Amino acid sequence: MMASAVIVRHRSWPPIPAFLLAMAVGGCDGIQSALRPAGPQAARIAALWWVMLGVGAAVLAAVVATMLWAVLRPARSRAQGARPDGERWLLLAVGAASGLTVVVLFGLLMVSAVTGRALSISVPDPLTIEVVGHQWWWEVRYPDPDGAVVSANEVHVPVGYPVRLRLGSADVIHSLWVPSLHGKTDQIPGHWNTTWLLADRPGEFRGQCAEFCGIQHAHMALTVSAEPPETFAAWRQAQRAPAPAPTDPSSQRGMEVFLGSSCAGCHTIRGTPALGRLGPDLTHLASRRRIAAGVLPNDSDHLAAWIRDPEQWKPGTRMPASRLGPEDLQALVTYLATLR
Amino acid sequence: MSVAFPPAARIAPGRGDDREADLLARTWASPPGIRGWFTTVHHRTIGLRYIATALVFFTAGGVEALLMRLQLARPENALLGPQAYNRLFTLHGNTMMFLFAVPIMEGLAIYLVPLMIGTRNVAFPRLNAYGYYAYLIGGLLLYGALPFGGASDVGWFSYVPLATLTYSPGKGVDVWTQMIYFTELSALVVAVELIVTIFKLRAPGMSLDRMPLFVWSMLVMSVMIVFAMPAIIVATTFLPLDRMVETRFFDVAAGADPLLWQHLFWFFGHPEVYIVFVPALGIVSSIVVAFAGRPIVGYTAMVFAVVATGFLGFGLWVHHMFATGLPQLGMSFFTAASMMIAIPSGIQIFCWIATLWAGRPRLRTPLLFVLGFVSLFVVGGLTGVMLASAPLDLQVHDTFFVVGHFHYTLIGGAVFPLFAAFYYWFPKVTGRRLGEGLGRWNFWLLFIGFNATFFPMHLLGLQGMPRRVYTYSAELGWGSLNLVATGGALLLAAGLLLFLVNVAWSVRRGAIAGDNPWEADTLEWATASPPPAYNLRRIPVVTSRYPLWAANGASGNVEGLRIDRREVLVTTPLDAEPDHRALLPGPSAWPLALGAATGVGFIGAILSPVWALIGAGLAFVALVGWFWPRPEPGRDRREAVP
Repeated sequence: MMASAVIVRHRSWPPIPAFLLAMAVGGCDGIQSALRPAGPQAARIAALWWVMLGVGAAVLAAVVATMLWAVLRPARSRAQGARPDGERWLLLAVGAASGLTVVVLFGLLMVSAVTGRALSISVPDPLTIEVVGHQWWWEVRYPDPDGAVVSANEVHVPVGYPVRLRLGSADVIHSLWVPSLHGKTDQIPGHWNTTWLLADRPGEFRGQCAEFCGIQHAHMALTVSAEPPETFAAWRQAQRAPAPAPTDPSSQRGMEVFLGSSCAGCHTIRGTPALGRLGPDLTHLASRRRIAAGVLPNDSDHLAAWIRDPEQWKPGTRMPASRLGPEDLQALVTYLATLR
Repeated sequence: MSVAFPPAARIAPGRGDDREADLLARTWASPPGIRGWFTTVHHRTIGLRYIATALVFFTAGGVEALLMRLQLARPENALLGPQAYNRLFTLHGNTMMFLFAVPIMEGLAIYLVPLMIGTRNVAFPRLNAYGYYAYLIGGLLLYGALPFGGASDVGWFSYVPLATLTYSPGKGVDVWTQMIYFTELSALVVAVELIVTIFKLRAPGMSLDRMPLFVWSMLVMSVMIVFAMPAIIVATTFLPLDRMVETRFFDVAAGADPLLWQHLFWFFGHPEVYIVFVPALGIVSSIVVAFAGRPIVGYTAMVFAVVATGFLGFGLWVHHMFATGLPQLGMSFFTAASMMIAIPSGIQIFCWIATLWAGRPRLRTPLLFVLGFVSLFVVGGLTGVMLASAPLDLQVHDTFFVVGHFHYTLIGGAVFPLFAAFYYWFPKVTGRRLGEGLGRWNFWLLFIGFNATFFPMHLLGLQGMPRRVYTYSAELGWGSLNLVATGGALLLAAGLLLFLVNVAWSVRRGAIAGDNPWEADTLEWATASPPPAYNLRRIPVVTSRYPLWAANGASGNVEGLRIDRREVLVTTPLDAEPDHRALLPGPSAWPLALGAATGVGFIGAILSPVWALIGAGLAFVALVGWFWPRPEPGRDRREAVP
């Protein structure tokens, strides 16, 4: 299906005024900023924002200046305002200002509508990715003829190719939002919403759930990795494979711990009997950058700490604390680290 | 009409003999002591109760806000856990919307409208008393349930399915729905009350086109309440039924659509914002006219703008739902509707500026707050236009940008006018002025603190900070702006404290105000400050929009109204021609009894549906008592009108 995808070109907007204003308002950087677009959709919306900001600043300045002048100007010039013909003049001024308001609003409405149209992408037979929101993590599925590739909290996309996202929810309403790429789209139980993403440069773009979804709403993040198409294809190929069988005794022990404890009830590791559906699929866990929906870096120490007591990092999380002894835990973490 | 009117003639309080005043006072006074406390139906007493209660809840909501700001001051702060934070923002939203903003506007209307239209009480005094009890019980329920695990943590919007029993077990959401019932009841009661009072009890001659803009705005607010509340009544009937008796209105597995809740909630929720804002338009108009010392420029335009705001307020609820995947066509319609509401707001602002331009503005504290209001509200309105744009909304919806935006519209658009109102009408209520020096400090602390708190939120939203998050990681770079916002919140709190100090000091030691300290134009200033129990000694005949300014503003008084019983003059709805005399009911404890009965029903229903029936039975008893025929007060008195 990749073959039929097309590279969509778009006009890039001159960044200079945007940059100047960004400096003026105190820096709109940050790794999750809507004003550092990495794709044509976010770039369009950012451009719309700068237009709106410019118009808004002008209106505010005009209104406040007129008002302050009306109140503070010297009494001498004030006397003129009370001329017998003053009322008519004032009504005309009010009418003119109101008319101008209508014109400005109509202009903004048009700019907004044009931007809205420019956001839609539609290509035949696109790369489709399903993202399902859970309390409090994301299930990411790449439909595939040989059975879906399932991952969690990381969406990989090829640079320059439009990607269709099908968005669903397993429990309450969530909202997928990766500001550098596009605005948010809600994930509503009983609905499948569709949105499109197009990254025009490689990079890792952080996103976060935008709709309040319960106690750990704050810790429901995900990353979109935009990669050159070859890298993406290689990654996808690697993800198709089931988990490698453990080779050393420690990992072997770890796998037994995994299968023998409650872990297997909630998590899937393809290639093993563990087929739980409640938690993230761990088949290629070690290839992910972070665990627990963006909360912790994915290394042995944090993995062990997370398994030992998830509540400590994410109070209210659905994952229960484990009762494993130190050796079992160590073996489990060693095993999980082999799931590349 | 073109020249500024000097405050030429005032309506004299009346030169009748003291016997007449004594009799009037006896007729309209509430019973003394503790009995009066529970039986009063006096509109000013009840209005003040609304205002005082609302201010208590405002303080509580402010403390909650401060706690949240302290939690967000630093990344990964551990002051509050996620559950405490989620409960706080839920409580804060509910308190500010349901227990502060709407009730305080209603209280102001209940206090001022009868005075302004020249009558002695509202149209249904006992219903009025009941409305307050319903409000009080709702507020006490929400806060009283806190120690017993009755704290909701799903936000004031209570989206399903998060608010269903599956995802929110416990009683928190149930307490929330029942609290909504009380505030709805109260708001509906007040709305009906005000609509009838305004249409039927205006002083003769005060035709609709001579009605003060304040009264117009309260009328529009009331009509909006009548149309907005049914939507949330439906929503908050479905939800507790789902939770308590297992209906499946919001059960996705049974084919229900969670979007139904959002449509119902925002069909109420967006007009709600204007229900809070429209009265503020009336406050500001009153103050601009009084302090410019001249009639408003464009009275008719102002009236049309207020009415248009009321209508358009219902046309934009869907802009809360642009991210839900609705069809593009619908979104375009609601984008246009949402942007359009900026037009009437613009017209009002232009008219005020023109009025100030043509008048001789006196820059006292109330006007200072009005100037602050205009600047803040323009910011809120402009960010509102941005949110109305569907594409931009996709980025900023549900972020701190929205939090910044609606605090500019609600605090800038309603709380600043409220402070202007406090400074403006305090002399009417207490007979003394609020301290002017403290008032200026009060203003500047609030203004600077407010901007420092809420302006950075717009930037945070653009930098990707979602709302309703209890913490954030340092690498996101939101730390410094959040710290600024928290500092601003502390300034804001200091400003509010200073206001309380000013009130406490001025109630006893403020300068004596006199009847009409601002040389204002409307009828509430035609009587003593504070006004006697009967409001105005004589009901004036109004012949001008600005009765206290025009030499011929009020030509004579109404004759023939009995003063030995609670009689008011009823006039025709449009032209205010005298129609007939009506007898208003006096003090009664039955409204309180009905309040208690409703309380038993609604609060008991949280535990078991049976209590709803028991409450209904008790309410029936209370209503029988309420309407039991008894001798007409004043009938057997010998003291007739001289």
